[in-house]
Amino acid sequence: MSSYFHSITLDYEKCTGCTNCIKRCPTEAIRVHGGKAKIIGERCIDCGECIRVCPYNAKIAVTDTLDKLSEFKYKIALPGPTFYAQFKEEKNVENILDAFLNIGFDDVFEVALGEEVVSFMTRHYLSTNKYKKPLISSYCPAVLRLMQIKFPDLLSQVSPFMTPREIAARLAKEDVVKRKGISYKDIGVFAISLCPAKVTEMKQPMGIKTSAVDGVINMSLVYKDILKQLTKNHKKEKGKNLQKATGIGMSWGYVTGEAKALNYGSALAVCGIHNVVSLLEEIERGELKDIDFLEVRACTGGCVGGPLSIQNPFIGRVKLKYLVEKYRSKTPYYQEKEMLDFYQQGRFISTESILPRPVMVLDDNVSKALHKMERLDKITNELPGLDCGACGSPSCRALAEDIIRGLAVETDCIFKLRERVQTLAKEVLDLARKMPPAKGDDPSKEKGR
Amino acid sequence: MYEGRYSMNRPDKESESKPQLKLEFKIGEKDFSVAGDAASKVKKTLQQLGLKPEAVRNIAIIVYEAVMNVIIHANYGQLKVIIVPDKVVVLTEDTGMGIPDIELAMKEGYSTAPLEIREMGFGAGMGLPNIKQCSHKLNIKSQVGVGTVLEAIVYLSSKN
Ligand SMILES: Nc1ncnc2c1ncn2[C@@H]1O[C@H](COP(=O)(O)OP(=O)(O)OP(=O)(O)O)[C@@H](O)[C@H]1O
Ligand code: SF4
Ligand SMILES: [Mg+2]
Repeated sequence: MSSYFHSITLDYEKCTGCTNCIKRCPTEAIRVHGGKAKIIGERCIDCGECIRVCPYNAKIAVTDTLDKLSEFKYKIALPGPTFYAQFKEEKNVENILDAFLNIGFDDVFEVALGEEVVSFMTRHYLSTNKYKKPLISSYCPAVLRLMQIKFPDLLSQVSPFMTPREIAARLAKEDVVKRKGISYKDIGVFAISLCPAKVTEMKQPMGIKTSAVDGVINMSLVYKDILKQLTKNHKKEKGKNLQKATGIGMSWGYVTGEAKALNYGSALAVCGIHNVVSLLEEIERGELKDIDFLEVRACTGGCVGGPLSIQNPFIGRVKLKYLVEKYRSKTPYYQEKEMLDFYQQGRFISTESILPRPVMVLDDNVSKALHKMERLDKITNELPGLDCGACGSPSCRALAEDIIRGLAVETDCIFKLRERVQTLAKEVLDLARKMPPAKGDDPSKEKGR
Repeated sequence: MYEGRYSMNRPDKESESKPQLKLEFKIGEKDFSVAGDAASKVKKTLQQLGLKPEAVRNIAIIVYEAVMNVIIHANYGQLKVIIVPDKVVVLTEDTGMGIPDIELAMKEGYSTAPLEIREMGFGAGMGLPNIKQCSHKLNIKSQVGVGTVLEAIVYLSSKN
């Protein structure tokens, strides 16, 4: 656990220590100490709230760069539907995909195809009725990490299927092995993404041992190059016919897309990490049992609202909706029969269980934890309760927690500090009044004063 | 990861003073949000204490349902959650109309909730049965016209 990886990090130079981020973080993972923000690594779920809220762009996501392409003989780009949403309508998806071949990739495979496969398999799984309702989408890694920390008891309700990215990466590799006879290990698959959580997911996968995705590349690293290709290749060569996905898969790019693509029973879609928290709280209490499926996304609007998005999420959604309509009645690439095989063979079912990560625990021993909690309550009550954040912790209670954990001291609170300074000042004053005996009054005559 | 933690739930000799933690909440009239708030605050505390997810969930349900009952069927009252190393006690007290027939009230589907409450999605008559299912011991004392006291206990054995 000590080497827990997370994608979001601080740009030390840009951080002004302003404390805007500490209150937005859903897992209270940020502190400001010594004038700089610090992320408590094991608590970070990579939801990107801090990236959005930082006025100085001091929160950045570590992603792979294009240098990594050179590690593989055959390179496949894996763009999701959200990538299409970054361009103007007149830029055809076909051309966007073709453009990847001119910027260093040998092939392209759409994540949307994986999304179609997952929609199909999930629909079948729901119809077995052998699951606890509601089944929770396994798609958004930030939500899964949130659940590991805050909703461990709901992990058993997460959909058993691998993510569309993972499935798409595996299908893409298998396809190249079959078509070109290139060996599996020589093929590199690179997700083109606007999501820090997906970087973390690739490096520390949940539900599987290792990911078939070999790199996650921040979409802004290829965006300009693709755009250049699109304006240059106006005449359009013969076209490689790389575009295979239908509107069903593409609709996963915005919230409600996954739920609607299921086309089964009752489904609910929720986005925005703070909304997700309150909804999961209800489910944990046993409510919403009549709902079959729950689509959950950390980002407002779904992945079009991803932290690294170039396009405004609402505009992105409109563009993607246009594409969904445009490709709605396209003939699916994978036949029903093929997808039924995938389902029945169980090839894309998670192999590992997603374990809770109790990072909020005060002590491994319940008795000791209770003692600490007593102290925590006492300290909290002594703090002013303003939750001002000036101490660098998100709330007075969080500061009390940090004190208990030995990460902070009471005088980090400016009000406590002022109290201390006042008492000290008074003591100093009292001391100053007491002149040394050699110069002052004779203490033996004190009474006579 | 969790296994080790819960085996430590056995009474341990080192702690001379038995620690105890009490969380208290006032339940105001028609204050519907207090049930959810209390449940999520209690949950956060229990998680910080390192209790097993299942126990945490059960206690959160008990808190929510018991507080909801006070809000819906009584007028006001209070909630106390007492945590000692080997058990958690959830206690609600109210000065409402009381329950004339507790055995009947415990039946699944039995509810006296008025129409407007049902329209809000409550009043399925599942609260008390749920509480019973989530707790190891349940004790309800009620006097018509005086009020109701509900005490639910969840033991924190290592198996639990
Ligand atoms: N604190 C209370 N004071 C008075 N009556 C109560 C109280 N708690 C429960 N009751 C009575 O017991 C009945 C059953 O309670 P229960 O919690 O099982 O169902 P409900 O509250 O009616 O519906 P639900 O909990 O499913 O929303 C209630 O309808 C009410 O008549
Ligand atoms: S909603 Fe999409 S972009 Fe946002 S964190 Fe989840 S998977 Fe990533
Ligand atoms: Mg009830």
